Amino acid sequence: MKSIYTYLSVLLMVALSACSKPAEQSSDTSVAKSGDVKTVVTELNIYSARQEHLLKPLLDKFSASHGVKVNLVSSKADALLQRLESEGQNSKADVLVTTDAGRLHRAKTAGVLQSIESQLLASTLPAQLRDPDGYWYGISKRARPIMYVKGRLDPTRISTYEQLADEQWKGKICIRSSSNIYNQSLIASMIESNGEEATEAWARGLVANLARDPKGGDRDQIRAAVAGECDLVVANTYYLGGMLTGEVEEDRVIAEQIGIIWPNQNDRGTHVNVTGAGVTLASKNTDVAIAFIEFMLSEEAQSHYALENAEYPVVSNVAQSDVLKNWGTFKADSLNLSRLGELNADATRLMDRAGWK
Amino acid sequence: MPNATLSEKVSWLPIANRGWSISSVLIALLISIPLLVVLSFLLQPSNENWQHLWDYLLPDYLRNTLLLSLGVGLGVLLIGISTAWLTSMCDFPGRRWLSWALLLPMAIPAYIIAYTYTGMLDFAGPVQSTLRQVFAWQNQDYWFPEIRSLGGAICMLTLVLYPYVYMLTRAAFLEQSTCALEVSRTLGKSPWGSFYRVALPLARPAIITGLVLAMMETLADYGTVQYFGVNTFTTGIFRIWFGMGDSVTAAQLSALLLLFVFFLILIEKYSRGRARFHHTSTRYKQIKRIQLKGWRAVLACVICLLPFVLGFLLPALQLSIWTVITANTSFTTDFARLFSNSLLLAIIAAVIAVSLALVLAYSKRLVATPVVKTAAQTAALGYALPGTIVAVGVIIPFAWFDNTIDQWLRDNFNFSSGLLLSGTLFALLFAYTVRFLSVSLQAVDAGLEKIKPGMDDSARSLGLKPFGVLTKIHMPLMRGTLLTALLLVFVDVLKELPATLILRPFNFNTLAVRAYDMANDEKLALAGAPALLIVVAGIVPVILLSSVINRARAGQQP
Repeated sequence: MKSIYTYLSVLLMVALSACSKPAEQSSDTSVAKSGDVKTVVTELNIYSARQEHLLKPLLDKFSASHGVKVNLVSSKADALLQRLESEGQNSKADVLVTTDAGRLHRAKTAGVLQSIESQLLASTLPAQLRDPDGYWYGISKRARPIMYVKGRLDPTRISTYEQLADEQWKGKICIRSSSNIYNQSLIASMIESNGEEATEAWARGLVANLARDPKGGDRDQIRAAVAGECDLVVANTYYLGGMLTGEVEEDRVIAEQIGIIWPNQNDRGTHVNVTGAGVTLASKNTDVAIAFIEFMLSEEAQSHYALENAEYPVVSNVAQSDVLKNWGTFKADSLNLSRLGELNADATRLMDRAGWK
Repeated sequence: MPNATLSEKVSWLPIANRGWSISSVLIALLISIPLLVVLSFLLQPSNENWQHLWDYLLPDYLRNTLLLSLGVGLGVLLIGISTAWLTSMCDFPGRRWLSWALLLPMAIPAYIIAYTYTGMLDFAGPVQSTLRQVFAWQNQDYWFPEIRSLGGAICMLTLVLYPYVYMLTRAAFLEQSTCALEVSRTLGKSPWGSFYRVALPLARPAIITGLVLAMMETLADYGTVQYFGVNTFTTGIFRIWFGMGDSVTAAQLSALLLLFVFFLILIEKYSRGRARFHHTSTRYKQIKRIQLKGWRAVLACVICLLPFVLGFLLPALQLSIWTVITANTSFTTDFARLFSNSLLLAIIAAVIAVSLALVLAYSKRLVATPVVKTAAQTAALGYALPGTIVAVGVIIPFAWFDNTIDQWLRDNFNFSSGLLLSGTLFALLFAYTVRFLSVSLQAVDAGLEKIKPGMDDSARSLGLKPFGVLTKIHMPLMRGTLLTALLLVFVDVLKELPATLILRPFNFNTLAVRAYDMANDEKLALAGAPALLIVVAGIVPVILLSSVINRARAGQQP
């Protein structure tokens, strides 16, 4: 009996003592916040759907170069959106970061973002990678091409997403669940290009060609292809990049056998999506928030994404890693990404009708 | 003097009891706020997504949910009861350490065990690859069970949830008066007969409690089923919300889930009827464990060893391997902070949840009016809701409260208070309480029910006030139960992810959040270290607790 109470109280003391620091930090924050009126705030609060470990290095750099203390909550996009909506004008968040344009569009529609004007952003960022009204801006780009196992398949046999529904690929394709946002975005882009009816017929064809019911993440599809379960995979390139540069040797061996087919090079281009950011309507600190988004487009930040996470920079003339160079250049779909957000619900319902689990 | 006090007590009694019932109703109301917020969405008009749901998704989702719950329910009963009986009533090699080792799978979050088993058993995993190499099989010419399937999900959830049944049932077996068993033996029942006709029915409240907890957790699970591609009611909620951006329909689905669980609980209470499960004898003796020999001993050992190996040892090994591989990158400087944040939250939440559960359960015992009973039941529904939905149910009223106060202060005093509660640890702890009060309440309820009302009457007639009865009689009597309740909440909070993810303050991380951060980016190996630490933090109290339960036999000195 005694032992457990002793244990519990020791735990409590250890935890309390180690926790006293963040407590101080948070009280700092509130002091700074109540001092809003004087606008001497040098803090930036970020709600991010991007995983913390991917964002943190850049936040630290921004913090150092701009003398701003950056506070972060990372979570799921829709939940953050709900939090932002409920908190309303009093929300402490200055910036919302999400990993797809669809959610940013949702945030814009929900009225929690504000339009910002920045000469720098307008001039460096291609129009299709930002909101036409200035509510959000892409900060890194992700491509979702077709992948195959080198040596097992002649890559010239397929050159478009549309061909994935061809009879010849029956039982040969692996792709993850339709509940994943990247698939929803891909379908949204196809609805925009081919119309809803044709896309639904195509989705039925694709479902009929699946080697197995959708399960797991993008990396799992790549592993399944190498293991021989399927011949073609649709996945984001940075997962492949992550396997190539990761710590797990089995994954490196698997990833080295994978080749990339850039689909639709003769028409609209390969489907891309962005991680993007917008300034919240509640932000009392818009100057710093804009400075942050501008910083994310600086060469320093852009090359970080390219070198560390196998993502594509959104601005030109940025150094690329060997991994990206190996995959070659490609033509990206020039559709304005805000359309992906507008069509996302339609895409999801379409996939349900097509029986894509 | 005794006479005077007694008469005073009698006249105060209704007032004192009113205090208990009012506080329990207040607690229940407070805890129910998030649930009411979710339920209130039912009042909003439904939109066209309902038709879509009905046409394409719900039939399949409901079928999967039903099969999953049934499968997990059967699984946890089978493993939980058999191991509880063997470790408390029989003796065989390894029984001592197995009796606590069997609790360990509880410390492993369900989605983590799903990831580790997928890593091991997948087509591309080491097991199948080795088989293919050894037997020179080709890709399609052999059958191997698919881990990412409904069956796989049932296995994963059963492996981490059976400890609920095991722990509560074992405590019940150990607390049972051996007299009842001895009487049944003298009356000519075989050991098996005594088990079925006496021990099992006597342990029924504990067994049902464990089962209800496991089923509620199953209904709330999102991580495992989503990863396995098994579409359940819960994945449906998130598909509507995340995929179609329709939070109203998502909340309406959650409300239906709540109602469903509410009816399940009602049915259970009703089926129990008027039966009560007090110990009537005060004679307790050391249990004479049946000494198993030969193949029986081996069988008992294997039955108890399997859940431990599959539910804990293998996944923990896999996590350790990942931790070693990634040791250079995964142990960042803030690891101690993550660890202490997790512990602190878990301890505070456990104490809050158990204290509130005591008030609720004891009020119900004192004042068994429908209002008080319903209060306790309503407060316990949060466990069946996915953490994300509970979090939304907390965000909305808290933000409303903050903004209303802020507006009022602005209007009257030209002063802005900003957000007072939103985005604080208080909001997070509140959400934990909503979600896990059920766990502590079920355990405390089951514990209280076994103390016969005669005890209360004697204590009261000897001059104790209700509060005194609770603290001086009940709490010492159910020490084991209370610690069980504390531990259950502690481990649950340690593993909790979705609510933490959404409600936490700026810059506040826990082990579960870090594990998710990596796993969500499909960097499973990097999720190994934080997941392993969750397990480690959960193990120590599990072991200590087990020794307490062992000594919790009434009539034995602790």
